[in-house]
Amino acid sequence: MEPLTWTGVLGGVLNPIFLTACAVFLIAAVAQIFLSFFTSAEAQGDMFVATRGPADYAGLGVKWSFGVIVATILAYLIGGILVPGIEAKGIIGAISTRLLPVWIALVVVFALSITFKRKLGLYGKLFDSVIGMIGFGMVMFWVFTGIFAAMDLIITHDPLTQVSGMKNKVPGTPLSGAGEGDYAYYLLGGDNLARDVFSRMIAGAWEVLKIAPFATVFAFMVGITLGLPAGYYGGRLDTFLSFLANLVLAFPVILLFYLLVTPEIVLTGIPTYMAAVLFLFPIIFLVVLFNSRFYTQPSKRNIFVALTLIIGLWIYLGIAWDADPLGIISLPGNILVVFVSVVFVNSPTVFRIVRGLVLDIRTRDYVAAGQTRGEGAWYIMLWEILPNARGPLIVDFCLRIGYTIILLGTLGFFGLGVSPESPDWGSTINDGRRLLAIFPHPALAPAIALMSLVLGLNLLADGLREESLKD
Amino acid sequence: MGLFILRRAGVMLLTALCLTFIVFFLTNLFPNLEKLAKTQGDMRMSDEQVVSWLEKNGYMQPMPVKYGQWLGLFPGWTLEAEDGTVTGRCIKPGMDPADAPRYCGVLQGDWGQSSVFKDDVSSIISTRLGLTGKLMFWVMLLMVPAALLVGVLAGMREGSKLDRSLSTFSIASTATPEYVSGVIFITIFASSATGLKWFKGTATSAAENATFENFFLPVLTIALYGMGYIARMTRASMTEVMTAQYIRTARLKGVSFRSIVLKHALRNALIAPFTVIMLQFPWLLNGVVIVETLFNYKGFGWTLVQAAGNNDIELLLACSVVAVFVVLITQLISDIGYVFLNPRIRIA
Repeated sequence: MEPLTWTGVLGGVLNPIFLTACAVFLIAAVAQIFLSFFTSAEAQGDMFVATRGPADYAGLGVKWSFGVIVATILAYLIGGILVPGIEAKGIIGAISTRLLPVWIALVVVFALSITFKRKLGLYGKLFDSVIGMIGFGMVMFWVFTGIFAAMDLIITHDPLTQVSGMKNKVPGTPLSGAGEGDYAYYLLGGDNLARDVFSRMIAGAWEVLKIAPFATVFAFMVGITLGLPAGYYGGRLDTFLSFLANLVLAFPVILLFYLLVTPEIVLTGIPTYMAAVLFLFPIIFLVVLFNSRFYTQPSKRNIFVALTLIIGLWIYLGIAWDADPLGIISLPGNILVVFVSVVFVNSPTVFRIVRGLVLDIRTRDYVAAGQTRGEGAWYIMLWEILPNARGPLIVDFCLRIGYTIILLGTLGFFGLGVSPESPDWGSTINDGRRLLAIFPHPALAPAIALMSLVLGLNLLADGLREESLKD
Repeated sequence: MGLFILRRAGVMLLTALCLTFIVFFLTNLFPNLEKLAKTQGDMRMSDEQVVSWLEKNGYMQPMPVKYGQWLGLFPGWTLEAEDGTVTGRCIKPGMDPADAPRYCGVLQGDWGQSSVFKDDVSSIISTRLGLTGKLMFWVMLLMVPAALLVGVLAGMREGSKLDRSLSTFSIASTATPEYVSGVIFITIFASSATGLKWFKGTATSAAENATFENFFLPVLTIALYGMGYIARMTRASMTEVMTAQYIRTARLKGVSFRSIVLKHALRNALIAPFTVIMLQFPWLLNGVVIVETLFNYKGFGWTLVQAAGNNDIELLLACSVVAVFVVLITQLISDIGYVFLNPRIRIA
C-alpha cells in the first residue's frame, strides 16, 4: 500500500489556495505593522480626511487572507470527513474523521452556550470575546479528546503495543501485517519503539486531564484556607505562614521534584505523610465553609457538615492512606507522589495571591459593616471577602492549570514519577528527543499538543480577565 | 535602610539553613543511602553489607550530627578500623590522620567530595557555574531588550493592531515551555526533516568554543519562555503610565508622540519590569536545567541532574545552596533596586 499524503485528494485544489493565503497574510501583516508607525504621525495633521492609505489596504489584506486561511482549514477538516475512502482523505482528513465525536461535542457546546449566553453569567460573557472563545475552544477540544480517548473512541491502535516493522516510520505509513479490523495506517508515524504516535498523543491528553485540574483545585483549597486567615488576621500567623511559603518558593522546582519524586522516597512513606497533611485542607475548607454559612440554622448545618465529613474522610482515607474501608478508592504510589508534589509546589503561590487580595479587600466598607453586625471572622472571610476576590482567582485558576500541565510535562521530560511506558506528553517528548535530529515526528506531536492546550488555557484566562474587568 | 538589609540577610540565612537541612534530610533517608551504597560499592550487596558500608563511611550517625559536620559546627567523624588504620570525614585519601583538621565543613570552605565525578565539589561547581554564567549572559542580552521592546511597543497604544499581535505573541511564548520550544526549534533548524540545518542540535562543543551555530538555539529557547512574561508586565505598566495625567498634559501641550513615549513615559514604565526581571531568575534556573539537558550542555543544570539522579549528596547540597542563594539574592536586589528606582517608596 502507498503511504498516505498529508491532504489526500483535497490537496490538489486546496493546497495552492492555502499557501497563497498564508503568504499574503504574512506580507500584509508585516506591512501593516510597519506602516502603522508612519500613518499615525501623518494622521495628526488631517484627521478628518477619510482616504484609504497603504496601511488600510494592508489591513484589508490581513483580514481577507486570514478569512481565507480559516476557510481552507475548515475545508480540510470537513472535506476530510466527507470524502470517502481513507486514501483519498489523506492524513489530515483521516485524523479529522477520527476526531468526529470531538467536533460534534464542540459544536453542541458552542451552539448551546452562544444561544443562552445572556443567562450564564461570567461563562456566558466569555462568548463576547474572540480571544476567550478561541481559548475556550482549544481547551474544550483537548478536554473532549481526553474524555473520548478514555472511552476508547478516537484511538486507532493501543498506545502501548509495538508493531514490528513500524519503528520510526514517517506519518501516514501503512501498518505492516495489518489484520482484519486493524486500522490500516499509523497516522502520525511510529516512534522509536514502533508504537503509534497519534494514539499515544491522544491517550496522553487523558493522562494530563486526570491529574492537572484536580491538583490545581487542591492547591487552591490549600492556598485559600491558609491565605484567608494570614491576610485577615495578619501578625505572627501571617509572618510564619509567609515564611513557610517563601521557603517553598525559594526551592528550585526541579530540585524539589528530583528529591521528592523518586521510587526511594515513595518507599520511605514521605509522600503519604505530605498527602495526609495537604489533603486535610479541602475537608477543613468545606467544613468551615458550611459551618460559618449555616451557623444560625443548626439542623441544616449538621446535615451539611456531616455529609462533608463522611464523604471527605472516606475519600481522604482512600487517597492519602490507601485505607479505604470499602476498598473502592485508591491511588497508586507513583501517581500520589506526582500529585502531592505538584500541589505542594503550586499552593504557596496561591497562598500569596489570596493573601494579597485579602489584605486589599479587608479595608473595604462592607467588611467593616459585617464586623459591626457581629459576623464571625470565618463568615466574613469565606462569604464576604472570598466572593469579591473571585475575578482574579478564576483567571489565575486557568493560568495555573496551564502551569501545572507544564510541570507535569517537566516531570515526564526528566522521567520522574511516571512509568516509562506511559503515553503522557512529557515522557513521550523525552523518548523522542534522542533521535530528534533524524526522526522529529514522535516528539513533535506531543510537543504541539501540550503547547496548544496550555496556549488555550492562557487565552481563556486572558478572555476571562478582559470580560471580568468590564463589570 | 541598613536595618532593612540586615533583617533581610537574617531571613535569608535562616531560609538557606532550613532549605539545606531539608535537602540533607531527603538525601540522607535510608533508601537513598542504600542506593548510594550499592552504586558506590557493589550492586549485589546484602542488607548487612550495606549497613556496614554505610557505618564505615559515617552515614549511620544521627541526622543532626551529620548535618552539623557538613556545616562545620561539629568535628568530622573518625573511625579506627581493627587493623589500626584511621578513616574519617576530614582525612583525605593519602593523608596522615594526624595532619587532618578537626573540622571540615562548609564554614571551613570544604564542600566535600563528589561521588559521581570523583572530584572536589567546589571545583566542579565553580567550573560548571562559569559555563552556565556564559549561557545566562547571552540569554539576558537577548531576552531583556527584546522583552522590553515588545512590551513598550504593545503598551504604547492600547488596543491597537500592533498591541493585539504583540500581546498574542507574548501569550504564546509564555505557553511554550522550554522542552516544547526546544524540540520545535531543533526540528525546524537542526534536523534532516526540513533540511535547513542552520544550527546544531547539541551545544556540547559550546562549552569550549561557543559560536552562533552551536549556541544560538539554547539561548533562544530559554529566552523565549521568560520573554513573554516580562513583556506582558512591561505592557501592563506602560499602558498604566500612558493613561496618567501628566501624559495627557504633555499631549495637550502638543509634544510629539515619539517624545512623549521616549522622554515622559518610558522611564516610569520601566520600574515594574525591573522587579519582574529580577524575580525571573529562579524560573530561568528551571529553564537552564531543562535546556542544558536537552542540548547536552554540561553546565550547572546538567550537574544538578547528574547529582540528583545518582544521589551524590554533597554535590547536590552544594547545588541547592547555590540555587537558593541565587533566588534569595535576586529577591534582595529587586527589593533594594525598587526603592532606588521609585523614590515614593521608603523602607523604614
